[in-house]
Amino acid sequence: MSLSLDDVKRVASLARIEIGEEEAATVLGQLSGIFSLIQQMQAVDATAIAPMAHAQDVTQRLRPDVVTETDQRELFQSIAPQVQAGLYLVPKVIE
Amino acid sequence: MLNASLSQLSALLAAKKISSVELTAEFFKRAQALNSHYNAFITLSEETSLAQARAADRLIASGGAKPLTGVPIAQKDIFCTKGWLTTCGSRMLSNFVSPYDAGVIERFNAAGAVNIGKTNMDEFAMGSSNETSFYGPVKNPWDIAAVPGGSSGGSACAVAARLAPAATGTDTGGSIRQPAALCGISGLKPTYGLASRYGMIAFASSLDQAGPMAKSAEDLALMLNVMTGFDPRDSTSLQREPEDYTRDLQKPLDGLRIGLPKEYFVDEISDDVARAVEASLAEYRKLGAKTVEVSLPNTSLSVPVYYVLAPAEASSNLSRFDGVRYGYRAPEYDDLNDMYRKSRAHGFGAEVKRRILIGTYVLSHGYYDAYYIQAQKLRRLIAQDFAEAFKQCDIIMGPTSPTVAFNLGEKSNDPVQMYLSDAYTIAVNLAGLPGMSIPVGFGNKNRPVGLHIVGNYFSEAQMLNVAHRYQLATDWHTRMPAEPGNID
Repeated sequence: MSLSLDDVKRVASLARIEIGEEEAATVLGQLSGIFSLIQQMQAVDATAIAPMAHAQDVTQRLRPDVVTETDQRELFQSIAPQVQAGLYLVPKVIE
Repeated sequence: MLNASLSQLSALLAAKKISSVELTAEFFKRAQALNSHYNAFITLSEETSLAQARAADRLIASGGAKPLTGVPIAQKDIFCTKGWLTTCGSRMLSNFVSPYDAGVIERFNAAGAVNIGKTNMDEFAMGSSNETSFYGPVKNPWDIAAVPGGSSGGSACAVAARLAPAATGTDTGGSIRQPAALCGISGLKPTYGLASRYGMIAFASSLDQAGPMAKSAEDLALMLNVMTGFDPRDSTSLQREPEDYTRDLQKPLDGLRIGLPKEYFVDEISDDVARAVEASLAEYRKLGAKTVEVSLPNTSLSVPVYYVLAPAEASSNLSRFDGVRYGYRAPEYDDLNDMYRKSRAHGFGAEVKRRILIGTYVLSHGYYDAYYIQAQKLRRLIAQDFAEAFKQCDIIMGPTSPTVAFNLGEKSNDPVQMYLSDAYTIAVNLAGLPGMSIPVGFGNKNRPVGLHIVGNYFSEAQMLNVAHRYQLATDWHTRMPAEPGNID
C-alpha cells in the first residue's frame, strides 16, 4: 500500500492538525516507511481469531448510581485560557 | 548516602540519624546542581519539596511512619500532581498546573514520601530515546553523548546519577525497562491493571502502566507496595487483595526454569549486549536455575501490531488537547476549527503528530478492519505465545534492548529504526504481562546492558525474588557513573 500526499492532508484534516506542503511531504516519507513495517500484519490469516482489546478480558465494572463528584468549577476554570461567567470561551463559529 | 537503598534511608530516618528535611535538601541540592548537565527534571520546587519533608518529619516524630515516609522520590511528569506544573513533556501542557493528584501520587503522599521534582520525558511518553521532549533531550549519565532511553529517561537518569533515590515511570511499550537498561538501573512494569491510571496522562490506554524505577530489585519491591492497589476511578484497575512484594525476596532459586525465547537471541543483538546477557544467565545457572529454550513465534509481529494499536489509542486520547479548556492555545486563528488546527499543530511536536496521523488513518473508514481489528487479533496471538511458553518455564529472560544506548541524534530522523529499539519490550505490553530490567554489565563505550525478565500475570513477587538473588551475588546495580567534572 502506498500513501499519497492527499492522504496525508486528508488525515491531518481529520485529526485537526494544520499541516503545510513541506511538512506534509516530509511526513509522507516517514509514514510510508512506518506503513511498510505495519504491512507485515497483512500476511497473517487471523480470520478465526477474536480481537483482544484488554489483557485480562475483563468486563466493565458498575458502581452504585450515586453522586460522587463535588462541584469544582472554580478550581478547574482557574487554569483555562479564557472563561466568562462560568463558561469556557471559544472563538465564534456561527457568523 | 547517595548509594543507600530505600530501606537503608528509611532506617536512618526512623532512627532519627537524619531528618527528611536534611535528606531532601541534600538530594535537592544535587538535583539542582546537576540538572543543567543532564536535563533530567522539568520542574524542581525546593519550597514544596521541603514542606513535604517537614510534614514527613512530623509523621516520623509521631510514630506514624511507613517504609517510604520522608524518602525523596522523583515523579515522572506524566502524573498529574496538585499544585505542580504537569507538562507531560509537551508544549501543549507547558502552562498546566494540575488541580488534582493522580492515583499514584496520592499513594506516595499517603505513604509520606517527598516529591523531589517532576522528571523529563518524551512528549506524551512517545519515544524511545527521550529526544522528543519539548524541554530538550535528557543525557545518559554514563555518557552524555548517549540517549538515556525513553520515555521515562528523565526518571532513569535521575536514579542513575543519584539525583533521587528512586523514581516513578510509565511503560507503554518499554518506557520503564528500556531507559532502565540504558542507564544501568532496575525498573519494573507491573501486570496491566495493578497500578492506577487515574490522573496519569493517557497515551495508549490498553497498554500504559505505571511502575517503579530504582537502583535495586529490593527498592522496586518497596515502591511497588506503595504504587499498586485498586482504584475505583480507573475502570481498568483490577480488584485484588493487596500484596507484600518483599515477601519472596530471599527465596533460593533452585529449580527455577528460565525460558530463553529462541526469537530473542538472534543476529539483531549486538555482540556486547549478547556477552553481558550470556554472562548473567551463567550466573543464574550458578544460583541453581536451569535454562530451557522456548519459542515466541509471533515476536516479529509485535512492533507492527504496536504501531497500529498505540497510535490508534493515542489519536483518540490526545483529541482532548484542543486549546479550549486548558493548555496551549494558538495566539491567532480565524475560527474555532482554525484554532483547533493551529493549537494542535503548534502545541504538539513532530513525533506526537506523526502518531496521531497514523492512528487517525488506521481508524478511518475503510481501514479500521484491515489495520485496527487485524492488530487486535494478532495481539491475541502474541499473548497466546506467552501462555504457551509459560507452560515450559517459570520466567522468561532475554536482552532488554538489542544494543547499548545509542548516540543523541543517531536515530532521530528514522522513526522505523527508533521503533525497533523497543522490539523486545513491546510484546509484554501487548500481552499485559509484567516485565522488568536489571543491570547486568557494560558494553561498548562503557554503556550499561540490561537483562529483561518477563513473568506470568501477577508474578511480580517472584520476578523481584529472581532479580534480588542475582543482585545479592553481583554488584552491577551498585555501580555509579563518574561525576561530571564541573560539579563541586
